[in-house]
Formats: sequence, C-alpha cells, structure tokens
Amino acid sequence: MENNFLRVHSFESFGTVDGPGIRYVVFLQGCHLKCKYCQNRDSWDVNEGKNISIDEIVNKILEYQNYIKPSGGGVTVSGGEPLLQANDLITLFTALKKYNIHTAIDTSGMFRITDTIRELIDLTDLFLLDIKHIVPSKSQELVGISNELELEFARYLSDINKPMWIRQVLIPRITDNEDDLLKLKEFISTLKSVEKVEVLPYHDLGKFKWENLNLEYPLGDIPPATNDDTQRAKKILGIK
Amino acid sequence: MKFDAWNGFKYGKWQNEINVRDFIQSNYTPYQGDSSFLAAPTENTKKLWEKVLDLFEKEKSSPGGVLDIDTKTVSTITSHDAGYIDQKLEQIVGLQTDSPLKRAIMPFGGIRIVQKSCEAYGRELDKTISEVFNGIRKTHNDGVFDVYTPDVRAARSSHLLTGLPDGYGRGRIIGDYRRVALYGVDFLISERKHILELLDRDSFTEELIREREEISEQIKALENLKIMAKKYGFDISVPATNAKEATQWLYFGYLASVKDQNGAAMSLGRVSTFLDIYFERDLNNKVLTESEAQEIIDHFVMKLRMVRFLRTPEYNELFSGDPVWVTESIGGMGIDGRTLVTKNSFRILHTLENLGSAPEPNMTILWSTRLPRGFKEYSASLSIKTSSIQYENDDLMRKFWGDDYGIACCVSAMRIGKQMQFFGARANLAKALLYAINGGRDELSGKQVTTKFAPITSEYLDFDEVMDKFDTMMDYVAKIYIKALNAIHYMHDKYSYEAIEMALHDQDVTRTMATGIAGLSVVADSLSAIKYAKVKVIRDKTGLAVDYEIQGDFPKYGNDDDRVDKIAVDIIKKFIEKIKKHTTYKHAKHTLSILTITSNVVYGKSTGNTPDGRKAGEPFGPGANPLHGRDTNGALAVMNTIAKLPYEYAEDGISYTFSITPNTLGKDVSSRINNLISMLDGFFIQDRSSYKCKCI
Repeated sequence: MENNFLRVHSFESFGTVDGPGIRYVVFLQGCHLKCKYCQNRDSWDVNEGKNISIDEIVNKILEYQNYIKPSGGGVTVSGGEPLLQANDLITLFTALKKYNIHTAIDTSGMFRITDTIRELIDLTDLFLLDIKHIVPSKSQELVGISNELELEFARYLSDINKPMWIRQVLIPRITDNEDDLLKLKEFISTLKSVEKVEVLPYHDLGKFKWENLNLEYPLGDIPPATNDDTQRAKKILGIK
Repeated sequence: MKFDAWNGFKYGKWQNEINVRDFIQSNYTPYQGDSSFLAAPTENTKKLWEKVLDLFEKEKSSPGGVLDIDTKTVSTITSHDAGYIDQKLEQIVGLQTDSPLKRAIMPFGGIRIVQKSCEAYGRELDKTISEVFNGIRKTHNDGVFDVYTPDVRAARSSHLLTGLPDGYGRGRIIGDYRRVALYGVDFLISERKHILELLDRDSFTEELIREREEISEQIKALENLKIMAKKYGFDISVPATNAKEATQWLYFGYLASVKDQNGAAMSLGRVSTFLDIYFERDLNNKVLTESEAQEIIDHFVMKLRMVRFLRTPEYNELFSGDPVWVTESIGGMGIDGRTLVTKNSFRILHTLENLGSAPEPNMTILWSTRLPRGFKEYSASLSIKTSSIQYENDDLMRKFWGDDYGIACCVSAMRIGKQMQFFGARANLAKALLYAINGGRDELSGKQVTTKFAPITSEYLDFDEVMDKFDTMMDYVAKIYIKALNAIHYMHDKYSYEAIEMALHDQDVTRTMATGIAGLSVVADSLSAIKYAKVKVIRDKTGLAVDYEIQGDFPKYGNDDDRVDKIAVDIIKKFIEKIKKHTTYKHAKHTLSILTITSNVVYGKSTGNTPDGRKAGEPFGPGANPLHGRDTNGALAVMNTIAKLPYEYAEDGISYTFSITPNTLGKDVSSRINNLISMLDGFFIQDRSSYKCKCI
C-alpha cells in the first residue's frame, strides 16, 4: 500500500453536501471531460496536483473518525474524475473498509464497466452520479462527450442494486428545458436503487479558476440559477 | 441557619456555610427532555420588549450610538435613584442609572477615558468631578503611570504589549451573584465580619492590613447593595423566597457590579441551573406556570441586554463594538455524572427566540459529549438560527475546574466565587518576532523599543538563528509584561477595587495572572516559512528589515500539518515557561490565553510585514485561528490543528472562531443540526478548550 499513490488535487475535511453526514472529501486530479460549467477547471490536467501515498491519505482520514462516524458520514472521492484512478482507489477503499468507513464516489460515470471498475463499485457504498445531459447531442455539446456511457453506468448500478444519488446541475438555457427534465425523470424512474435526486443550481464561483489559467470562461453569458429556477426544476422532476 | 425561604429545599452543608455548589447538587433536577415544553412570550413581555426595542432604536440614531450620559454623578452602587422602563410591566427591575440606557461615569479607573468619552459624544464632564479627579482623587490610571518603567512605556506605545487594562476597568471578575439570592445580604455581611475578626494577628503586616481594608470595603459594598435594592422597594437582607425574587436578588447583585465597575468583561457566571431550583419549587407548588417562568427569564435577559458602559470610540474600535461580555455559562455535566442541564437552561436559550437574537448575554454552552440529546439539538438549532451561541469544552475543563465554574469574557474559566483573574490582555508575539530580527527596533517606526540586541544581518533568514534570537526576545517580553501587569493590578486594587464583586467570593480566592498571546498563527507560519521555504530579507537604508520575499512553499498553520502545528505548540510552551519565571502580584498563578476575538484586527494594523508573507496592517487571525485564507483543507482540519494546542499550558483558554453559512453545514435543517453536533462532539472529544461557532 505504501507504494501506491493517488494524484490529488486537494482535501476538504468538512464536506457536508457530498453524501450523508460529515464527509472527508478527497478531490482527485485529472478529468477526461470538458464541462463548460466546470467549477474546478484546475483539476483537469492529469499532470498537475501531487502524488500522495495511499497510506498517508488513510492516516489522514482516520484522524477525522471522531467527526465522521457519529454523524453518519464517511469519505467521498470527487474530482477531477475519480474513476480515472480506479486501480488505486481500490487500494484506498479496501483499506477504508477495514475501518468500517462509508465510501462514496462522485463521478460522471462516463466509463465502460471493466473488471477494475466493477471491483471498485463493489467497494463503494454510494455513488453520486452526475448526469451531464439527458439528451446525447446536448451532452456532446456541453461536456465534449455523449451520454451513452453514463446512462449505461447508471443502469449497471441499478442492476446490482447499488445505492446512488442522481445529480443534475441546473444551468439556465442549457439543462433547464422542461422536456429534457421530463426525459431525465423518465430515465430515473427506470432505475431501482436511486436514493435521492438532487438539483444543483449552477453558479459561476469557479470562473476565476479559468481566468487564472488564462482561459476564457465558456459560459460567460449564462446567469447563475436562481432559487426559483431550482424550485421549478424540482417540481418538474417531482422531487422535494 | 434556617430560613423559611428555604422550605422545601434539601438541607446540607450549604445551610451552615456559604456553599452554593452544595446547594445546587443537593437540590437541582436534571432535565433530559427536549424543547417542546417551552412557552412563547407573554403579552406583557411583548409590550415591554417593544418599548426596549424603541429605546434601542433611539440609541442607535443618537450621536455615536450613545443615548444619554449622566455627566454629573460619579457612579456607585447607590448613586442613582430607581429607574424603570415601564414599572407596571417589568417583572425584574433595576437599571444602572435612573433612566434606561443612560450611561454613567466611572472615573476610578481613569478620568481621561471619561473625559474623552464625554467629548466624543458631545457632552461636557461636570467641572467639579473633573477637578476632583484631576488632582485631588487619584485614579488607577494615575497610579499605574506613576510606577511604569521606561521599557514598559516603550513596549506599550509601540504595541508590543497591547490592550493593557491600565486606563480602563480590568473586568473578568465574576461575583457569585447566586449568594445574594440564596443567603440574603445580612448572612453574607455576618460572614465577612467574622473574617475580619480572624484577620487580627500579632504580626500586623502590610499584607494583613491590605486584606483587612479589602474586607471592610466589601462589607460597605454589601450594605450599599441593600440600600440600592431598597430604592426599588425590596429588602434583600434576607434570602429570596420564590423564583421571581431569586432572579431579582441575583440580578441586584449583578447590577451593583455594573454600577460600580466599567470592566472589560462583566460576566454573569453560571446562574440558570441554580435558579431552576427555585423555578421547580414554585412549579411543583403550583404557584408558577411555565409561561410565568419564561416571563421572568425573558425580563431578566432584557435587563442584561440593556447594560451599557461609557467608552471611547477607540475602545470600541479595539473590541469591534461595545461588548459587556455578560457571559452566562449553561449546561455541562456534574462530577457525579448527572447532567447540569435543567429546564432553565432551555429557558434562557429560548430568550433568543422570544426576544430575537442578540450578542448579549453571551450564551455559552458548556458542551459535553454526554449532554442530553434534546439539549444538544436545541442549542445546535439555535446556533444555526441565531449565531449567538458559543461552546466550551466541559469534558476538558471539568477536569481542571470542577463542575461549578463559569466563563469570564469568552473563554476564561474560573470556579465561581472561588477564583478571580488579573486580566492581562496580550503580548504581540508577531511583533516580538520582528523585533528579534531587528534587534529590538520597531519595523514601522525604526525606533529602538527594547534593550539593544544584535539584529540579524544575513540576506536569507536561518531558522536556528531566528529561533535563538526570538527566544531571547521572548525572555525580554515576558519580563516587562509581568512588570506591567503587576503594576496594573496593584493599582487597580488600590484605586478601583471591585468591592462588591469580591464580597461575593470566598476570602481565600485563587488568583490567576492571565497573560495572552496575539498573532500565534502569524508566528507559526513565519517560522514555518523560514524553516521550509527560503525567506529573503528586504532592508531599508538604515538596515531595518521591512519586508520579506518568500521563495518556495511552506506548511501553513490550520491544515492539520504537524510540521507547522508543532511550531505553534512549541511557542506556547516556551512563552508560558518564560512568564512563569517572574514573580506575580498577590502570588497569582501564571496562565496564558490565545483568545483575541476581535482585537486581532487592531493588532494587525500596528504590525509590519511578516516573514510569512502577511502584509503590514493586515489583521491577525482571531484567537487560535489561522490567518484568513491560509487554511485550504476545510474546517475540521483547522479544528484538528487547534486541537493540538495544549490547554495545560494555556489554562486561560484557547478560542476558535468559526463562521459558516447554514448551507455549507448541510442541505436541510436536520442534517445541519446533526453535522454541527457531530462537529462539536468530534472536536471536544480530543480534549480541547473553547470554540465559538458562528453561523452566518
């Protein structure tokens, strides 16, 4: 284990929105998507970030057990795209399972179900699955890749009865179309292990990260989603 | 002793000696339930509170936020006639002056502050008073400056030592106001008279004479307390007979203190569970309803919210406002394992809902992982709703101070009625580090402030050399710091003695000399930068180091990184060890705090560029917090860093101010409450001290 590393972007010791209870969140470096609304643009490049040994990460997490466990929380791996480092995540989660720590992965699910991915899924207690766009062509336009893989991923999780939270980033004019949201609702209704559906209102607080990299922010003219927008979308999706 | 007022109470040691803790332990009723029993404000309360809000509004729109000043009367316990808001509505009465929010002058601490304050708010101090205190009657402030030495003066004016209580009231003393209710004043006077008889020995030393004088002052103060209550139509020479009287008696004790002293923190102690015994007795006897019980507490808290002091605009700047620090310590666990939470613990918190949120009284929960779940949930929900609650680690402090301690100001724990402190503000260690580099010259003015030491002359800072020089500088600071504090407290006792507050203490009180550190995280980060990165010194023409250039990255305090956190721990240990080398006034025990709550802004203003990259004038982190923006691993990582700071070396308290928006605490109300409770449990289980949570 001491020879295994994860490429890490950063840590958040007090995560409260990425899964149940208090979460220790490990943000991994590197992503294969190109989401125009990305709030962590600095997490894309696989050569950035730093290698941290899994041993060190486990020890770090154990220091937070006093907070995590009584709150019904655990560890969430986010990114970047965690599944790019599936092999090493298997090592991390195997270690965490020894300590009975709840594990979650926040992913786009844009992966084929390989043996490695399957093994990692087995070690994961909860998936936070971010559906980029329910319409294939619009997904292609928004994140640079169509959505077949992630929908398939969701179906697989459903087939093996793996708990998941479905998330939809609500971007005005892009993901807020009523027909699309109804399609999404329809899709979700075919899945059997969905514990929660979350609408995440789009905001532009990550804009400065693009600017820091001298990149133009692609959604410059899109306003953040308002509370009304969110309520409307929730209503369409039939959630509270 | 036996009074009818004690009927229905279980008897014990407390009857024959002053022993409030024994009374509480023998008689209180722990409450394990939730908040559902609480009552809404009565019509009476609503009407009265409306009037108080109107007064607050008027006060706010007055020049400088000061409604009125009585410039003609020196405030004493008996100086003013009874004052009311609306007598027929008030369940609990008593104001500092004869009219609500009218501020009194208290010149014994220092006449200059009074004059300056009057001028600042467009008033003129009465001529006679001005003459008397400018030449005839000496003040604490005069006394201190008669004896201050040049090194102390220099350190003071260059802000190496900051916020010293040498021109204002020291505060931080909590009278055991419960004694007034339980015993009545005559009992207390007779006990003091007995002490005076005992204080008659053949060896009639200066110490003995001073003690006799102090006890005599205390007896006079107690007599005056009775006179003050008489003005409101109450005879408090005897014990209180019911809940309303107990609250009233206790409040009179507190009121006398805030008429007598304009202290930097005038805390209330730990009164709610004590009072609950009276409330329970009345409720059981069916002479009080829950609604009436809440009304008494609501009205009591209204009074606490109306305490005002006359202070200068500079003072208000130092403390970011005009705080009284009416700290009430609530809850906690007893050493026998029973919780000290009672229904009254809920009632006092409930005032935040009945009257709306407010910074005063400073509601302080003594948090234990073993507190009843219902109480945890109620406090967490109010924290989220009002951000008006702070938390202290009862599981830790009970080991040091037993189960009847209270908090003075924000984190200083003391056994109620058995312990007091000599407030010592703080030494600016960030500046001391710069002085170590500059041989004692001030980085802003260029003046030689300390004894001349050899400055560092190399282009890049070497960790061992800096540590060596910093060590010597801390020796120097510790020496002059205790010199200053001894002078201050000697003179405060002599010219502005807190007779009424000390009358409500045991005679053989434990005293602490409460020193403090400002700028801990700046020092830790600076030393970390010097050790783990390269720090180049930029000097002006005179050779004075005025800025620093950092090459490379370094571990930063507040990220749960041992490499730098250990530096902070080391500095704390070193500094208190140096402080302990010096003899203190009245043999006070040396303690240390890391607790600037708001004054970190002002300390930062007077400190130049530091080797951690902090720019001149930028605020320090409050208390033990990291510098703003340096923590990049979230709140729990900060808490784990702070959890490493050793309370046994900083017994006057370590504070962490934590602000979070409800949204970041969780997505819905129940998960927010759950997460906050787990956060507190998780933090305090690690044996740490204090934690102030603000949800914005």
